[in-house]
Amino acid sequence: METNNVDYTELSRAIVLGASALGAGTAMIAGIGPGIGEGYAVGKACESIGRQPESSGAVTRTMFIGCAVAESTGIYGLLVALLLMFANPFINKVSG
Amino acid sequence: MSISDFLRGSPDGVDVSGPKIVCSFDLGGLTINLTETIVLSWGIILVVTLLLLWLTSDLKTKDISKKQAVAEWAVKTVYGLVEDTMGKRWRWFAPYIGALFTFSILGSLISMLGLRSVTADFNVPLTWALITFVLIHGTNIKTHGFGGYLKGYVDPVPVMLPINILSEIATPVSMSLRHFGNVVSGMVITSLLYYALSVITAKIGVAFMTIGIPAVMSLYFDLFSGFMQAFIFIMLTMVYISNADGNAET
Repeated sequence: METNNVDYTELSRAIVLGASALGAGTAMIAGIGPGIGEGYAVGKACESIGRQPESSGAVTRTMFIGCAVAESTGIYGLLVALLLMFANPFINKVSG
Repeated sequence: MSISDFLRGSPDGVDVSGPKIVCSFDLGGLTINLTETIVLSWGIILVVTLLLLWLTSDLKTKDISKKQAVAEWAVKTVYGLVEDTMGKRWRWFAPYIGALFTFSILGSLISMLGLRSVTADFNVPLTWALITFVLIHGTNIKTHGFGGYLKGYVDPVPVMLPINILSEIATPVSMSLRHFGNVVSGMVITSLLYYALSVITAKIGVAFMTIGIPAVMSLYFDLFSGFMQAFIFIMLTMVYISNADGNAET
């Protein structure tokens, strides 16, 4: 029986690249969380400054620190997306 | 992409890769790579050392010069911040915080000169985060004793043991990834912006859009982001260490 040796290299590369592109886009959905959370935090900060204007320096500083910490999960999503787009770790495993 | 490519408007694509290796040593089977990061870090150390030597030359008690006023303001700010966050007991910790902040912010700001940020190499924030990790656990053991330290893991319920271990591991991972991720994403976005502007310039032929716009954008991505991340890193270091200390007195 004759076996046809079909070369699947091109197809595998195409699948990996397409899936990486989809994954990079999906990873950015992680940007919703910090958007909502930090918006809420800034709203609360504005409220407290309105209630007590002389605390505005301390409130602003604390708000910035809190926002930068809450931002970190969004940055993780961006990091995954950038890795998939520019330094794809999967593509070296399929090129034969 | 280089400055000449950018001004000429010849788009070659975005190149986002790790720090280049300047030279390699081979020490008996072990290869040591001298990367861009190491060279630039030593450059920063040299510049800061010379700057500090200049600032602290010629100190007087009365009738101080302007540079002595700047030096005194810097020292007062750092010591004040450490005392506010950690309490008076930790006043001796301020030199490490000052050095870390200076290194971090200069390492990120170097990207405004066209060089690759020192903090865009994951080894650098990882090292600082691991130093903080060792300091946290060392302080914990020193304050509570080794038995108290181990008992803290099963506090309040023994079921919490895996969660406590996980949150201890998450501390250096999140600190380093946050700093690294912010700086690297700023670097990638800036290089994408340069690429896009140079594509437009190649079509038009006149380099009028490549001047000015990247400078304004890099105010946010490089300057603000680098400063905020350095500040957050030292604030988190101080807060974690003073939490591990536990005693809330001065």
